[in-house]
Amino acid sequence: MTVTGDAGHGDARRPAGELEAGVLAALWAAGAPLTPGEVQAGLGGRLARTTVTTILSRLHDKGAVTRTRVGRGYAYTPTEDAPGLTARRMHTELAKEEDRSTVLARFVSQLSDEDEQLLRALLEESGGDGQ
Amino acid sequence: MIFSVWIPLLVPFLAVPAARRLAEALPPRPAAWLLATAATGLAACSTAALGLIALAGALRLPFFASLEDLTSPLDALPAWLAFPAAATAAGLVAASGLALVRTARHHLAELRAAHGRLTPGTGELAVLRDPTPDAYALPGRPGRIVVTTGMLQALGPAEREALFAHERAHLKSRHHLFLAAAELAAHCHPSLRSLRAPLAYALERAADEYAAGAVGDRKLAARAIGRAALAARAAQPGAARPRAVLAAAAGPVPRRVAALLDRRPAPRLPSSRGARFIAAVLLGCLCASATSAIEAAADLHGGIETAQGEAPR
Repeated sequence: MTVTGDAGHGDARRPAGELEAGVLAALWAAGAPLTPGEVQAGLGGRLARTTVTTILSRLHDKGAVTRTRVGRGYAYTPTEDAPGLTARRMHTELAKEEDRSTVLARFVSQLSDEDEQLLRALLEESGGDGQ
Repeated sequence: MIFSVWIPLLVPFLAVPAARRLAEALPPRPAAWLLATAATGLAACSTAALGLIALAGALRLPFFASLEDLTSPLDALPAWLAFPAAATAAGLVAASGLALVRTARHHLAELRAAHGRLTPGTGELAVLRDPTPDAYALPGRPGRIVVTTGMLQALGPAEREALFAHERAHLKSRHHLFLAAAELAAHCHPSLRSLRAPLAYALERAADEYAAGAVGDRKLAARAIGRAALAARAAQPGAARPRAVLAAAAGPVPRRVAALLDRRPAPRLPSSRGARFIAAVLLGCLCASATSAIEAAADLHGGIETAQGEAPR
């Protein structure tokens, strides 16, 4: 269980794989082809434009994105990893046994009504929105 | 042998509540190690004890006695007890062994199948086009972070980084091995089953703390968890977590968020004398379990030698 707590906001110094995940996630969240500039804006401007462009072309080399020419540059679309496979189906396959906890640790478990109220109160108090 | 062999079978009933109490008072990583170690150690000792009981009974049968060249009957356990106890013990060991192998094989096969469905070599992130918010770490070589488009759209860019950091912590620290150890241990002794939930919680907390460190903002990590849970709930309003009969406390997600916001209720166990006492009880339990298993084995060995006519009584 190697856990380091010193990473901070040093986006530029993070391993390339971690930056790739962020860029790919931004493309998926957008749901439409994005230019490097739009990806950069979608990430809240935390990465330099050149970094975003480099990461996008690396993702393209791997086959994780496809690109179409738009003006002088490209717009990028993510490639589906497992077409037609829903998370729930995959999850059901992995969780046939009652002991789903063994194989997968889900990011969030299901909430009860009380949990939901408590959670909204906690998020409101902390200044975030509970939407 | 008569007394010591039963101790490892009874100790878990005392040690498991002690381990759970102690884990509540510890930070997540030590808590996870404690729970996984306790589960594995207690399971090993109780299985060894069952094996010894089965062996002691088997050696009373002429066939096994002749294999060991016993010249007089082995009296490690009284006659009225030896056969029923041995038969039960042998049955339990066989059943838990079978369940253990079956579980391990199932899990490996399922993981392999899940990996096979994803395109290899496209990086750590595997995105599924699915509006239901969901995310989990898929252990393997390499491990993948599986996330749905629904989850990615429910979170902002910084929150997504917190989610990825959380899943990376699971993969990097090989949390699935901890869960697997506890799962296999639960097959060996029924009381060890109740160590699984606190272990899973400790591992989630450890990953949360790692994520908070990686994004450099505890509130951001808390918000990512909270919003992900609320989004998942909104997408599946019917699939509420069944209300636990006993638990009056909040479910795991609000507790994780509260812990990141440092809003958790005062620990139920003051980290001073109470914790030390419970730690001593647990350590005592583990030692008692191990030494009595070893003592029972030594007794049985001595008994066999006596029955072989090698050592004087």
